[in-house]
Amino acid sequence: MATEMPRTDVVVIGLGAVGGVAVLPLVTAGLNVVGLEAGGWMSTRDFAPDEIRNNIRDWPQAVPKAKSEIPTTRANINFEAVQGGGHPMMNGVGGTSLHYWAQSWRLNPWDFKTVSETTRRYGAHRIPADSTVEDWPFGYEELEPYYDRVEYALGVSGNAGNIQGRLQPGGNPFEGPRSRAYPMPGLRSSPFTDMMGAAASDLGWQPFQGPAAINSEVYGDRPGCFYHGFCDRGGCHVAAKSSTAVTTIPEALKSGRLQVRTHARVLRIVSNAQGRVTGVEYLTGNQVMFQPADAVLLASHTYENTRLLLLSRSREFPNGLANNSGQVGQHYLSHHQGAPVIALFPRNLNNWYGLPAQGVAIDEWADDNFDHSDLDFIGGGNLWAHTDRKPISAAKMSTFDLVPNWGAQWKAFIRENADRTNTSYIQKTTLPYRGNYLDLDPLVKDKLGFPVIRITAEFRDNEKRIAAFTQDKMEQWYRAAGAVQIIRTPLGTGMGTSTHAYGGTRMGDNPATNVTDRFGFAHEAPNLGILGASVMGTSGARNPTLTAQALAWRTAEHLAANWNSIAG
Amino acid sequence: MNKNNKNESSPAGAGLSRRSLLKGAGLAGTALITAGGPAAVAQSVSPATAPARIPLIEAFETLTAAESAALDAFASRILPSDDGTPGAHEARAVHFIDRGLTGAMAASREQYAVGLAGLDDCARQRGGVPFAQLPAAEQDAIIDAMTRNAIPEFPMLNAGFFNTVRTHTIEGTFSDPYYGGNRDFVGWALLGYPGVRIASSVEDVQQGSALAPSRQSAYDMPAHTKDPVNPDSTGGVSHGH
Repeated sequence: MATEMPRTDVVVIGLGAVGGVAVLPLVTAGLNVVGLEAGGWMSTRDFAPDEIRNNIRDWPQAVPKAKSEIPTTRANINFEAVQGGGHPMMNGVGGTSLHYWAQSWRLNPWDFKTVSETTRRYGAHRIPADSTVEDWPFGYEELEPYYDRVEYALGVSGNAGNIQGRLQPGGNPFEGPRSRAYPMPGLRSSPFTDMMGAAASDLGWQPFQGPAAINSEVYGDRPGCFYHGFCDRGGCHVAAKSSTAVTTIPEALKSGRLQVRTHARVLRIVSNAQGRVTGVEYLTGNQVMFQPADAVLLASHTYENTRLLLLSRSREFPNGLANNSGQVGQHYLSHHQGAPVIALFPRNLNNWYGLPAQGVAIDEWADDNFDHSDLDFIGGGNLWAHTDRKPISAAKMSTFDLVPNWGAQWKAFIRENADRTNTSYIQKTTLPYRGNYLDLDPLVKDKLGFPVIRITAEFRDNEKRIAAFTQDKMEQWYRAAGAVQIIRTPLGTGMGTSTHAYGGTRMGDNPATNVTDRFGFAHEAPNLGILGASVMGTSGARNPTLTAQALAWRTAEHLAANWNSIAG
Repeated sequence: MNKNNKNESSPAGAGLSRRSLLKGAGLAGTALITAGGPAAVAQSVSPATAPARIPLIEAFETLTAAESAALDAFASRILPSDDGTPGAHEARAVHFIDRGLTGAMAASREQYAVGLAGLDDCARQRGGVPFAQLPAAEQDAIIDAMTRNAIPEFPMLNAGFFNTVRTHTIEGTFSDPYYGGNRDFVGWALLGYPGVRIASSVEDVQQGSALAPSRQSAYDMPAHTKDPVNPDSTGGVSHGH
């Protein structure tokens, strides 16, 4: 029997990038909130500049929960799904926002209207026939105030490109209009990003410093970035990264209405005969607990959101909670962020102390920022040249087929070139397709005996064509900056586990094709809200976190404003 | 913990005054005392932290004498020192691998047992001595064949085993010395990496590999030391509970 805890207004499952944001508007509205987090608290002391621990051994992600639930993957149903790699979920207060790159983009307005805008400009036939893409139930304008709130609540640095319709020098000319500037200017540039920026300008492009949830100067009681170079998969040693663990969660705790319960591993969401959720069952140590609540916000990682719904079966929901439509797990996609171009320059780039978010961006070839009339794809990619470099990854650099990868020649090669290479980061429009989905693996179980998620998904022609097109642009950019060797990596096939995982609980007005309504509440279980990129139906050409956080704030605010009708 | 790591060549924080550090970090004056992290900065650049206190591990924890000899010879051909500068042997990459095989890299232990035994067997067949005692040119010939999966009589000597050893040799040579390799920071010196530090200023970055190296382990930093410490003095961010 589960031990029953005192009732609360709202229970939030997962205190990561999105759950950690949602708690703030909830407590501000006077609601009592219990936050269940599978991991524990970490402090700046835990975030040492250690490439082995962060990048090779996957610490701090290497905690038992996520590691025992690694999804299985296969490209399509003709293959057996196999487990491999890691789980991008991070168990800990702050979740992945502790150690992510912290690039904090708003989606381009086109990403909300991919179907209607493509139809209007090029004709409906240009939407890939096998895609299940829909317009979002609202446009960029609806989300803009929430983007703004999150940027200021967390602390996002960046150079605005469009304030209320007026273009701003030094910003992204293609971004949607924002109500005001970022709370902080962009991170500083580096000799390398200056060089790449100048090369882009020579090409007639408009380079700009991309936005990051990292302080570029003192913000509140936290310092600006120290630029020590271990930001990638490392938590911040000075709390300059605007993780929810050092921003919205501590702010919500001040109210006295948020209770953070760590090492609480959620087993299932409980529902009643009326189809309403009544609370959450979780495991802590070896005890099973039940937390009753009037509303539940599911705020785990995309894979775990779908898994928990599918595991929460009941008489009313025999195929998983809120899944009588069969839509849970559908419209899944892994962002196409691979297939980079790798460059070798004839001189040192001085990149030893950079970070992934310290980069220069090109948006000319993203979204619908260019004419696709004579092209065979829709959407595009954001080009990103950044400064991150650490010694082990430097030694593992490509040899560009110039020398063997061991022995005296190799040693001489890395001695000369360790600081002369750069790998681009190109994020591309990725669409949902029929045949790409998440479900429970029929064979592989976690340590508790519950099935892990199975990913069945592969990139289609649209993604591969964007990849080839943007590789051309990236190579052009590197060459303009003086690169002497270029490698173009393969365009990609299967969608494996990804830090950028979308869908599974897509948001939309049509309950036959979407799990949640336009505010993020399940069509079939109205007091269950779902947060995270799992509600997003398109990826855009940039990192998902800020959009997921803006949506989370909006869902939480909607719950508080409509408490009686949703939770009453 | 013993203090016999050799690092007298360059004290920690050389060429990096606290003033330039803070200036570089975009911080000034009173702002410093408002956040937990920067309190650690002043400590970490003080000369008192100069000695790298990471202990040397002399004994192997899991590798046998024969295995460690074969592996050291193998790693030394991947990253040799016959050009007169330190390589994998001087970095003690094998000590890193040995320790890793008892923990985070334990899944590879069996592959090492089979592969290193095969390496010695192959060397005895070809030259009558264990791999470590073969002339370098003959060692290289075996490794080259291994990378091409061209030793059918010793199927464990394949590109997969080569890649495992190569990856771990790199990690052992270029990782933080806390893990038992990169002794005396020879790996970081090879690459021109000026070492881990709390912060870098614009001027630091402009110097690139010419920047005076920091010569410290991450765990020499007071903020990250594994020694028991008073959390109040090391910039631990409060949790609010």
